[in-house]
Amino acid sequence: MSYVSIEKITKVFPGGVRALDELDLEIKDGEFFALLGPSGCGKTTLLRTLGGLESSTSGKISFEGKDVTFLTPGARDIAMVFQDYALYPHMNVLENISYPLKVRKFSKEEINKRVTQASEALSIQMLLDRKPGQISGGQQQRVAVARAMACTPSLYLFDEPLSNLDARLRLEARTFLKQLQRELGVTTILVTHDQSEALALADRMAVMDKGRIKQVGSPAEFFHRPANIFVASFIGSTPMNLLDGLVNDGKVSIGSMSFDIPEHASTARTGDQVVFGVRPEYVSLVSGPGSGIASGVVKVTENLGTHYLVTADCNGILVRGTAPDGSEPAMGDTVHLKPEPGRSLLYNKTSEDLY
Amino acid sequence: MKLFGKEIQLQDKRRIDERTKVEKLSTFAFVLLAASFFAIPLMWLVLAPFDSDPTFRIKWPNWGLGNFSEMAENPYAYRSLMNSVIFSAGSGLAVILVGAPASYVLSRIKFAGRDAFLYILLLFSSIVTGSAAMVPLFLLSLHLNLIDTYQGVVLVLTGGLIPAAIFILKDFTDSIPKSYEESAQIFGASSFRILKDVVTPIIRPGLAVIFVWSFVQAWGNFLAPFILIRDVNKQPAAVMMYSFYNDGGQAVFRTVAAFSLIYTIPVLVMYFYVNKKYGFRFYGGIKG
Amino acid sequence: MKSKTIKGSRAARPGNSVLGKGAATAFLSPSLIFIGIFLLIPAFWTLYLGLTDYKLVGIEALNPSFVGIDNFTKALNDPQFLSSLKLTIVYVLGSAIFGQALLGFVLAWVLNELSPRIRNIVELIVIFSWIVPGSVVAFLWFAFFNKEEGTLNAILGVNIDWLLDYPMLSIIIFNIWRGTAFSMLLFSAAIASIPKSHIEVARVAGASKMQQLRNIVLPSARSYILTNLLLITLWTFNDFGPYLLTGGGPGGQTQILPIFIYDSALRYLDFGYGSAIAAIMLFLNLVISLIVLRMSRKGKK
Repeated sequence: MSYVSIEKITKVFPGGVRALDELDLEIKDGEFFALLGPSGCGKTTLLRTLGGLESSTSGKISFEGKDVTFLTPGARDIAMVFQDYALYPHMNVLENISYPLKVRKFSKEEINKRVTQASEALSIQMLLDRKPGQISGGQQQRVAVARAMACTPSLYLFDEPLSNLDARLRLEARTFLKQLQRELGVTTILVTHDQSEALALADRMAVMDKGRIKQVGSPAEFFHRPANIFVASFIGSTPMNLLDGLVNDGKVSIGSMSFDIPEHASTARTGDQVVFGVRPEYVSLVSGPGSGIASGVVKVTENLGTHYLVTADCNGILVRGTAPDGSEPAMGDTVHLKPEPGRSLLYNKTSEDLY
Repeated sequence: MKLFGKEIQLQDKRRIDERTKVEKLSTFAFVLLAASFFAIPLMWLVLAPFDSDPTFRIKWPNWGLGNFSEMAENPYAYRSLMNSVIFSAGSGLAVILVGAPASYVLSRIKFAGRDAFLYILLLFSSIVTGSAAMVPLFLLSLHLNLIDTYQGVVLVLTGGLIPAAIFILKDFTDSIPKSYEESAQIFGASSFRILKDVVTPIIRPGLAVIFVWSFVQAWGNFLAPFILIRDVNKQPAAVMMYSFYNDGGQAVFRTVAAFSLIYTIPVLVMYFYVNKKYGFRFYGGIKG
Repeated sequence: MKSKTIKGSRAARPGNSVLGKGAATAFLSPSLIFIGIFLLIPAFWTLYLGLTDYKLVGIEALNPSFVGIDNFTKALNDPQFLSSLKLTIVYVLGSAIFGQALLGFVLAWVLNELSPRIRNIVELIVIFSWIVPGSVVAFLWFAFFNKEEGTLNAILGVNIDWLLDYPMLSIIIFNIWRGTAFSMLLFSAAIASIPKSHIEVARVAGASKMQQLRNIVLPSARSYILTNLLLITLWTFNDFGPYLLTGGGPGGQTQILPIFIYDSALRYLDFGYGSAIAAIMLFLNLVISLIVLRMSRKGKK
């Protein structure tokens, strides 16, 4: 049962920019959904359209079956947390949190109850009489969330809520946000450009590029089976190996190397131009050359904590693999990199899709 | 060596030291001269009002506050100051009431030709000045029965101040993130509510500055009341000051001295207020 | 259970800003009306009047007739107009461009190097001269220039009647005094906006103060300089201030254009002719604005 239903939504800005291109998307009730993509891909436009801050050029948006496409933002029973938090500087924290409740004409007792609940849930009760300018960025963020929570909306929209926090705080806030959403059980849509954030927080997510959705699925699907080259290169904290090759007699030849065709790519035929993909985390160093093994000279090693990212030049082709801390090679060493069978992916070079 | 394509002489250290001494001395002399140039004429304003026997010359006063009581006895002096207050406060208020809504619209709503409109407004307001438009403004006031009225002068002054006020306020409003209003929209607040609860409180500092600026401009404006006001009872201090030393050969020195100080003080106060609160150093609006 | 007590907001449709079309128009209208009445109408009315022989008294007041460009040709042949134009140009060049702007810049540049305390004191004095109301400034200089009791004569040890014998020089000095603060503040902002690193690179390379000025400061400050020159040229060109000091005399020796317009139209009540002069002035204002705007735009490419 879907809570949010997006049907063929298109948004063309005056000037011709096609920010959203016939998007179809279903978001389930209660799920934490992430919209991920590079800047300009349309994710924020989609979020704002869902919120009613932008009108769509064509298409339909429904919340729980009800058509909301032409409803004003205030009528949609939603709450939004903006990237800059939008806390009113002339009101203190208490007034900020109670403002939407006042607008919606809740009774004084009800307002008090909700404000108390929300501020306790976010541990900001002691800040109620301060002004936004007097509290830290992390606290401001929590106030913004509390304000959204107090309205008990049916849908939460978060526009890059963690980007303005510094790195350490961001990780803490991330965990907090996930837990909160679990407890509240309300459908939440979050926009971010940080793929690790999306992978960590979302139940399901969508990657967008140039106004289109490139893939929808769970974080695990994204990590293990990115559906096209764009998604493959976007997801993952280490850059994925994406090597141009040719299908030849049941094997993929890349330069002088040759690899087995991955099991999923049964429709690949000899002569097909392909891109062979495998995550460096699934490429390990072995003792000697062989079939299905790339041999080359180490150009760079990067320390990632528990292991090293090794970039090797294999006859002009750069291949990346990982070596556990303690067994990393030195620059200039000859190494042999073997992708783990079952972890490699094959993409058609022309369509850019997974076979 | 070359810098920016021109030859530079690297000076040897000894010459640098001498140079610096001469430089320092001439800089000091220049600053002293300039400061004196600006300070000396002002001295009269500081000394003469407290001098029981003031003349044109700047001299050490014969200390006393008699000039102020003498000024108070002059019916025109006091009344003209009140008139100035009316004209200035009236203009300040009118500028805000008319200009603020317009700036908000111009800042938040993109419509076809908005930028062209602003550009033309800027151009026009620089070209059509009080001096250039004095004839039609006079005739306009004549036809609308606004000659010799308070409202006439306030309207004319406001009209002259509106374009610049709109520019400054629009710039200021631009710097306020739209997310404030958008979040209120999502909460379901009506337009009126949003303007009242969110926009106005945040714009208030800008409004205060514009009010003060308009007030000060109107306070010192000579031409508009000079042309439009006949009745001496309605004349503001700007014109009265001129009358004091222009009509009748011998200036009524004691009154003039006290009057000039009293007339000047409000402006000084306002300058300090704005400077303290917002810092004066060149406010937006001035763009290349 | 989630509450659903949300009423539809009355602002039109999604995607709109806070104000609907009606409200936006209502907000904009009063200022449009003011601009129409006080900018557009006077501009065009001036042009129209310049083409008539309208006077406030006499036959022409009751029955003004259209005289075409007669007023304009009269002006161009009128020695008084030409003299007024010349005086105005001298006034602008002398007091604004080579006065306020130059002095303001030098002050900004020099004060930038000095200790903040001295800088604040000097700036304060200069700013005072600017904010004192015009009529008071006029009197301060009226007194300063006075022959018998003026302080200037006392300082210089002479006995000159400045406003009588050197009227143009007097009003130029007067205008430099009361307007320099603006240029000084603007250029201070311009200098402050130059990243310190730029100047330091040059200093390390051995550039002298003059070279730093010429090669780094002036190019960076270009748009400020142009804006400043435009503004003070326009303001000074249209300045009525000298009237308070000399009334345009003696014998028309300081009758700059604004005063000439006032004399023609509002003293001699020849509205037609006065308007023609004003129209010429509007035209010149336009030319000045466009020139400098074009210059500043070229600089940006």
